[in-house]
Amino acid sequence: MSANQHSLLLDRGNLKRRNRFNKAVEITSTTAAVLAVVVLVIVVGSVFLKGVSALSWHFLTTPTALFGESGGGISNAIVGSAIMVAIAAVMAIPIGVLVAIYTTEFAPPSIAHPVRFVLDILNGVPTIITGIFVYGLIVVPQGHQSAFAASLALAIIMLPIVARTAQEVLTLVPGTLKEAAHALGIAQWRTTLRITIPTAAGGLITGSLLAVARVAGETAPLIFLSSIFGQGMLTAPGEALASIPIFIFRSSESPSSTAHTEAWAAALVLIAFVLALNIVARAFYARSRKRMGA
Amino acid sequence: MEAGALSNPVLRARRNLTDRIGDPLLRGLSGLAAALAVVVIAGIVYEVIHLAWPAIQQFGAGFVTTNDWNPVTKRFGAAPFLYGTVVTSFIALLFAAPISIAISIYLTELAPRRIMRPVATLIDMLAAIPTVILGLWGILVLGPFMRDTIEPALHSVLGFIPIFDGDPSAFGYLTAAVILTIMITPIITSVTREVFETVPDDLKEASYALGATRWEMVRQVVLPYSRSGMVGATILGLGRAIGEAIAVAQVIGGASLINASLFHTGGTLAAQIASQFQNSAGLQKASLAYLGVILLIFAVIVNVIARVIVQRGKIEDFQVTETEAAAL
Repeated sequence: MSANQHSLLLDRGNLKRRNRFNKAVEITSTTAAVLAVVVLVIVVGSVFLKGVSALSWHFLTTPTALFGESGGGISNAIVGSAIMVAIAAVMAIPIGVLVAIYTTEFAPPSIAHPVRFVLDILNGVPTIITGIFVYGLIVVPQGHQSAFAASLALAIIMLPIVARTAQEVLTLVPGTLKEAAHALGIAQWRTTLRITIPTAAGGLITGSLLAVARVAGETAPLIFLSSIFGQGMLTAPGEALASIPIFIFRSSESPSSTAHTEAWAAALVLIAFVLALNIVARAFYARSRKRMGA
Repeated sequence: MEAGALSNPVLRARRNLTDRIGDPLLRGLSGLAAALAVVVIAGIVYEVIHLAWPAIQQFGAGFVTTNDWNPVTKRFGAAPFLYGTVVTSFIALLFAAPISIAISIYLTELAPRRIMRPVATLIDMLAAIPTVILGLWGILVLGPFMRDTIEPALHSVLGFIPIFDGDPSAFGYLTAAVILTIMITPIITSVTREVFETVPDDLKEASYALGATRWEMVRQVVLPYSRSGMVGATILGLGRAIGEAIAVAQVIGGASLINASLFHTGGTLAAQIASQFQNSAGLQKASLAYLGVILLIFAVIVNVIARVIVQRGKIEDFQVTETEAAAL
């Protein structure tokens, strides 16, 4: 009996088999994680290695060359992207935060839950469908594409991201803070604007930055909302403007290797912007959680 | 408590003018914003159906089963793209779901804390890469690699199966499926990891105390506890996969007929819209919008199912936040 019990603790028989299986699963899991990181390194690495050679001051500050000519840059695409994303952010961020204020501060659960559900569905709508919607809403009646139409589509894509992250941080604001404000007789709207929002500011900025990062690389709706644009540096949102995603998309479909190199360089600019925004957003989030003691 | 203050007429009268305007104003503005979100969803549904209407009238329900897309004969059908969407998304899930769960097991159960954080962040970064860049990488790096290495290998070993028959090519269903896998793995991972982190430590410790190995603990405690979260995360990933237009359009090759071989070029609903909507007119444009209607139905169903499953798994958490909200 005692010998038998002793043998249970030794690495043989059944236990050996179990330990081996355990080891196999551990190795598989670790391999999967390594694989994911390796894929990231390969993708970002290819963009960096192939893009950095074409990247130059000239490339960043010169508008796209005429068709068939080389030596152009992406300054018009950078400016166009910036304009479209900025207009989208101005539309989506205030509305998204307001939606979150409504569901967390005012609405009863019977309304807040359906609104959250609608936001989740909106977040799940393929971006190309959002593009078709805005195409029917603006491009068809106006008869031409415009950067504003693209901005509206990007704003619709941003809205659920901003609203959902804002909801999450607003619920994290300690109830004691709001109660203290109420106890001092401060009106609800002042409490919300002066206490709740400033306390949650870091988290709200995080959500907004993540939403900006997400739409900065968004391509699908731009294909039919802002893809037929004139030459040179254009800035009027009423007409179609160039953008970095469309530049990458066009160049990637081109058979010319010069175009491919330019696509890599533009991709490097975009990926650097998106990843930098993500890192900044994370920093804000960490700070904000610390501040709220969560 | 705040409602009490409002219902007292003396207190209400003493509140200054800005507060009497400010409260209903903020409530009204924020309510309006919430209503706007609902209006946008309704608008999307209306507008897509509106644009598709000529094709819906012309082809009816038979559109779904028509294996043809011919602008010359003006005969359009969704079958090739439905097939492409289902095949590419299914393969992507087949890879992404187990990989994501394995990564989550590593991150929550195996990795030391100082490794877990950076690795989790790196995987989230993978989710942040714009899909047009994944597509560019797919065209110039992955595609040639698939054509020269992976597909010939699959063909030589499994070539007797029709899906692995045919000539290797850089663009096709399989390349698109691999790109989708890379795209949705970080999305599924971030949700499953969060769900795994909510498994109570005392349950895990109880399992270890009974002599379970790490894997046995995971199988008997973590996985059953997280089942709804994992299923929800996977379906969420599926939603992203079927809706992806750009990266797929870049690497699937743009053929509009069903082909059994995974190496062959094809199309998906979203990719077909992305590559043809701009340069089409009349019935073809309406047919593309009809593809959009089908895609929208797919996406909404998938997302509703995912949310319901994830929420059912989180019901206890929600009750907590609601009690907290009620306490305010």
